[in-house]
Amino acid sequence: MPDAIVVEHLAKRFDTVEAVAGITFSVRRGELFGFLGPNGAGKSTTINLLTGLARPDAGSIRLGGIDCTRRPRAAQHLIGVVPDESNLYPELSGSENLAFCGALYGMAKREREARARELLDTFGLGDAAARKFGGYSKGMKRKLTIAAGIIHRPEILFLDEPTTGIDVASARQVRQLIADLNRAGTTLFLTTHYIEEAERLCQRIAFIVSGRIVGIDSVEHLLQPLQGRHAVQIAGSLDGVPEGLAEAFPGLAFACPEPGMLRVEAGEPVRVGAVVRFLEERGIEVAEARRLRPSLEEVFVRVTGLAAEAMRKQHEQAGGGQ
Amino acid sequence: MKGWIAFWAILRKDVRTYYLKPPNISWGLIFPLAWTGMFFIRTGGGVEDILSLLPGVAAISILFGTTSMLAITVTFEKKGRSFERLLLAPIPLELLMLAKTAGAILFGVANACVPVIMAAFLADLSTVAWGGFAAAVFLVSVASTFLGLFIAVAVSEVFEAQTFSNFFRFPMIFLCGLFFPVENLPMLLQPLAWLLPLTYGADALHGAVHGGNRLPVALDLLILCAYCAGLFALSLFNIRRRWIA
Repeated sequence: MPDAIVVEHLAKRFDTVEAVAGITFSVRRGELFGFLGPNGAGKSTTINLLTGLARPDAGSIRLGGIDCTRRPRAAQHLIGVVPDESNLYPELSGSENLAFCGALYGMAKREREARARELLDTFGLGDAAARKFGGYSKGMKRKLTIAAGIIHRPEILFLDEPTTGIDVASARQVRQLIADLNRAGTTLFLTTHYIEEAERLCQRIAFIVSGRIVGIDSVEHLLQPLQGRHAVQIAGSLDGVPEGLAEAFPGLAFACPEPGMLRVEAGEPVRVGAVVRFLEERGIEVAEARRLRPSLEEVFVRVTGLAAEAMRKQHEQAGGGQ
Repeated sequence: MKGWIAFWAILRKDVRTYYLKPPNISWGLIFPLAWTGMFFIRTGGGVEDILSLLPGVAAISILFGTTSMLAITVTFEKKGRSFERLLLAPIPLELLMLAKTAGAILFGVANACVPVIMAAFLADLSTVAWGGFAAAVFLVSVASTFLGLFIAVAVSEVFEAQTFSNFFRFPMIFLCGLFFPVENLPMLLQPLAWLLPLTYGADALHGAVHGGNRLPVALDLLILCAYCAGLFALSLFNIRRRWIA
């Protein structure tokens, strides 16, 4: 059985911008694969290339063994896409939207209506089936958009920021639905800027920065180098690593991933109190100091050189935030 | 077969969502009425002039009806990203765009029926060659729809589509021989008139309603077919170049 997604030397350029710079990766059948990176890293372009909404300048894409560049329509039968914005039709009801999406994949009337009813019940939208999509809440819209993506039972589902812009309860439901879909055997390709979400859901993760994959592995393997490392994050009125700090604590490594945040790392437990006292004595107000458990966020920061929090804020400022 | 399920679903959805909306139906009725009234008042004509006005009013109703709707069914959906859902469907782009334009073609034909029905109450239409008239109405509707598609694909905002449409529509009304014969135009403008698809549609409609066509109706219809094919191919080329780039 071939891998679900095989990408080799994929490249795409928009004028002078190299959006995707010759990336190579594969996703196994039945895998939940996370694709992480900051805004403008090339995530959406990659999804567009994989789903046939854009044409690559170079490289190849195989979905379920089908060469997408040669037989894009055949490959589109295998995939479902849940875009980052709910793009169903506001004038149609929930069940009409699902039936319409089923018809786009050639499903017969009886089959698509039965499938629509089944999905509406599964996603807890049965009571809203006859209501117009335009009147749905954000969480309901997101759930129906996911349902529309799987109406034709695709082998591979692309999810672009599935929990962005919805409330906590709905996001939890959506995560549960994603996990259930994966358990049922669907291959999932997930982009998200919520690193904890990727850590909780995904089996393997790729980090993309400036169109290049800078790290790709299973969550366990990605976390391994951090075992035995101790880290503390201090929030306060900082705009860089204060002068004299590194000299005062020679066993510790300091970094300021973004203004207002200081990261301290060591091979043994960090004595936070001494560092905080040092800062306060120099007039720096400390709002919070917390120990960080080894997390994917740490890995992300190490691999990409970017702050996860900064990425989240950047995404929210771009209009995708909760 | 599966492609045709998608085709019918898109057509039915568009007809329901856009074309059967009361504002569009009333617009389709009011527009031809307004044009007919305007020409009657301007020319001071009576019911005996209906046959000479009918081709022009029918063609303008089609032209404005179809080109206006494409800005919504294509440009608006592209802007709102629901068009992406259609592009992701495993159907050929040609079939997809035929489905998206079929509603507008039917809307154009329906718009042309309004002045015909009105004229039937006021004038003797027994001399009209209905076969040629129907073929001309259909092809004018297809050509206008594909012109609307070409415009809708060339822009990214609905208001741009409307403005850009007028750039084509208004000169066409006066140049294509609907109300003034092409021979009466200044010599400089006459070649331009023969470059417009509606000129051949107008000629065929005049021929079918009251005679006096410059070219054989069959040739008019053939040239219209060529324009339809050309505009559709150009629109598909632009979609591939701009939207699936």
